[in-house]
Amino acid sequence: MTPSNARIDVRKTYKLYIGGAFPRSESGYSYEVLDSKGKFVANAALASRKDARDAVTAARKAFGGWSGRTAYNRAQILYRIAEVMEDRRPQFVQAVSQSEGLSAAKAGGVVDEAIDRLVWYAGWADKITQVVGNANPVAGPYFNLSTPEPTGVVAVLAPQASSLLGLVSVVAPVIVTGNTTVVVSSYDRPLPAVTFAEVLATSDVPGGVVNLLTGSAATVGPWLAAHMDVNAIDLTGVAGDTALATDLEVAAADNLKRVRRAPAAEPDWSLDQGLEPMTAFLETKTVWHPIGV
Amino acid sequence: MPSPFEYAPAPESRAVVDIKPSYGLFINGEFVDGHGASFKTISPATEEVLAEIAEADEADVDAAVRAARTAYDKVWSRLPGRERAKYLYRIARIIQERSRELAVLESLDNGKPIKESRDVDVPIVAAHFFYYAGWADKLEYAGHGADPRALGVAAQVIPWNFPLLMLAWKIAPALACGNTVVLKPAETTPLTALLFAEICQQADLPPGVVNIVTGAGGTGQALVGHPGVDKVAFTGSTAVGKAIARSVAGTSKRVTLELGGKAANIVFDDAPIDQAVEGIVDGIFFNQGHVCCAGSRLLVQESIAEDLLERLKARMSTLRMGDPLDKNTDIGAINSGEQLKRIRELSEVGDAEGAERWEVACELPTKGFWFPPTLFTGVSQAHRIAREEIFGPVLSVLTFRTPAEALEKANNTPYGLSAGVWTEKGSLILKMASSLRAGVVWANTFNKFDPTSPFGGYKESGYGREGGRHGLEAYLK
Repeated sequence: MTPSNARIDVRKTYKLYIGGAFPRSESGYSYEVLDSKGKFVANAALASRKDARDAVTAARKAFGGWSGRTAYNRAQILYRIAEVMEDRRPQFVQAVSQSEGLSAAKAGGVVDEAIDRLVWYAGWADKITQVVGNANPVAGPYFNLSTPEPTGVVAVLAPQASSLLGLVSVVAPVIVTGNTTVVVSSYDRPLPAVTFAEVLATSDVPGGVVNLLTGSAATVGPWLAAHMDVNAIDLTGVAGDTALATDLEVAAADNLKRVRRAPAAEPDWSLDQGLEPMTAFLETKTVWHPIGV
Repeated sequence: MPSPFEYAPAPESRAVVDIKPSYGLFINGEFVDGHGASFKTISPATEEVLAEIAEADEADVDAAVRAARTAYDKVWSRLPGRERAKYLYRIARIIQERSRELAVLESLDNGKPIKESRDVDVPIVAAHFFYYAGWADKLEYAGHGADPRALGVAAQVIPWNFPLLMLAWKIAPALACGNTVVLKPAETTPLTALLFAEICQQADLPPGVVNIVTGAGGTGQALVGHPGVDKVAFTGSTAVGKAIARSVAGTSKRVTLELGGKAANIVFDDAPIDQAVEGIVDGIFFNQGHVCCAGSRLLVQESIAEDLLERLKARMSTLRMGDPLDKNTDIGAINSGEQLKRIRELSEVGDAEGAERWEVACELPTKGFWFPPTLFTGVSQAHRIAREEIFGPVLSVLTFRTPAEALEKANNTPYGLSAGVWTEKGSLILKMASSLRAGVVWANTFNKFDPTSPFGGYKESGYGREGGRHGLEAYLK
């Protein structure tokens, strides 16, 4: 029995994050989110096809502004995300612990790693061009320079097991170079992603740069894979589901989306992920100009 | 000078800075007394004494180098790159937070206009720390080998023209690469370096990672010559740079030198003329011409010389000289009496050798060190004002007829730090850029700086690059 003078806590409604706002699913659907022990925690919004399309529209709208920012500015904004996450560390530790069934100490380690990964990617904003771009010594009187540019709108199916570190590890490399994204969170563990979206909303990240859908990659993924205004898709979230991953790759071929393929199993997110998570969503542009009087 | 506009004074408040009567040395995370004779730092705009500064003698320098060595061995070299990065990010953030304070202090101690310290120096300082913070955990990606490692203790000696910016160019890459540093600011501009020491304390930077020793040439010599340093980084005059190169001969010390310049700013007849005039003004009068990469030789195509000079003089006449803390000031004070004397002497040589002097008619303040924006026409390549670095607001104007002649004249100097090219023709820009023997070439712009962009000279302008991915090389093995 609850003592009559006990304070009743106010519970949070977990919603989608689209275009900088937090709407419920337009479908009115939600689904039960359980903690690692099977106990009810909250109802998360179940994203629909329409939500996915709205999110793509928001991401496309944000692309020009975000990709047009200086790399230095994007670096500072990613670093700001890390600052705000660190500030809300206890909340993330609790969310990760609840979602993934980790002890507070282990969840703390995961949150630290996620914050440090954001810092790592923040530094790449104004360095990736210096590492993967270069001047080309063509055999003629021409200046010839190759530089990377963001691909555009990237759909990301986030990892199913690692609800925060895995999420950060697939979202940060996409946006740091100037892409915008529509992310489908882990289905069973969506709540740390929603809290992460709340951090994004208060970290100077322009609305629409990251759009976050809670729900099923198997349901929403095909709409994103087939969407003609999506330029690339990361299939990490369907790791191990070869049949679904193949279907998504087939759908992605219609407008030749760049596909970051689904791994056989979810990666070990504690390891250095290298440059590939960024270069998978970059185009190389080469500029020629004659040299001479 | 009659002007259609009169500006009311708009001084920036000094209240934001808290200058102590005296400052010690910053060694092992603490301010300590120096054992040399102390000296005074003044405001060059008013000759007001700002503070008494400790001078580091050989024993003080030795203590600083030892502190840096201990910090390197025990702490800094053992810290993973991503943790070093966080200290550098903290420093970058505190610089952003305290930016107005740093800008006011810089303008007070150096004499440069507040609009430059506020809008150029300090923002680039923060950006520089931010940029190199990001390299600290990515060194293996930088193209300097698979397992790049720090050198150890870096001895860094910087000039008075961009006190805090030169500090950032030295300290940020050194720390990012895992080195510890002992830095000596210039004798006439120590205050922002000492405030930076406080910022290191606020950031909880481990003691000994950054040490600041103040003093004059003797302190610098003791630091550069100390057997316990692994790396020497110097920005300053070519004469001192050569002396340093001699002094480290036979040792294993690594050296980078960023020295003088006599940059050609080349304007072709198809150049966007008003834009070029702005670029010429920015090239030579930015920071009172106290810029090693200043566009101090204007090479203008003969056919447009008359028109260009007329416009240039008109533009120069609108420059506002005076109180560095006034937000409308374009030209501040010359940094020291000694430097003013050198500018006057070389300008008199220009008169004596037959060049024609034109200067902005303006009233100079009675106190402090001032020199009006000046240009010399009728300058030949043999004139000393065409060959020697004046390091002041004095422009030497020469003419040319063909691109080949412009190139020959531009490269006819022992220096090779920077150059400017003004033309609408892209292929000509690139042809000039590829033939100019200079480390930085600005096209249709001038005096642009960015943490991501390497800076440094050819020939007697020194060796090594600061900034960008290339700037890491100086602090790695």
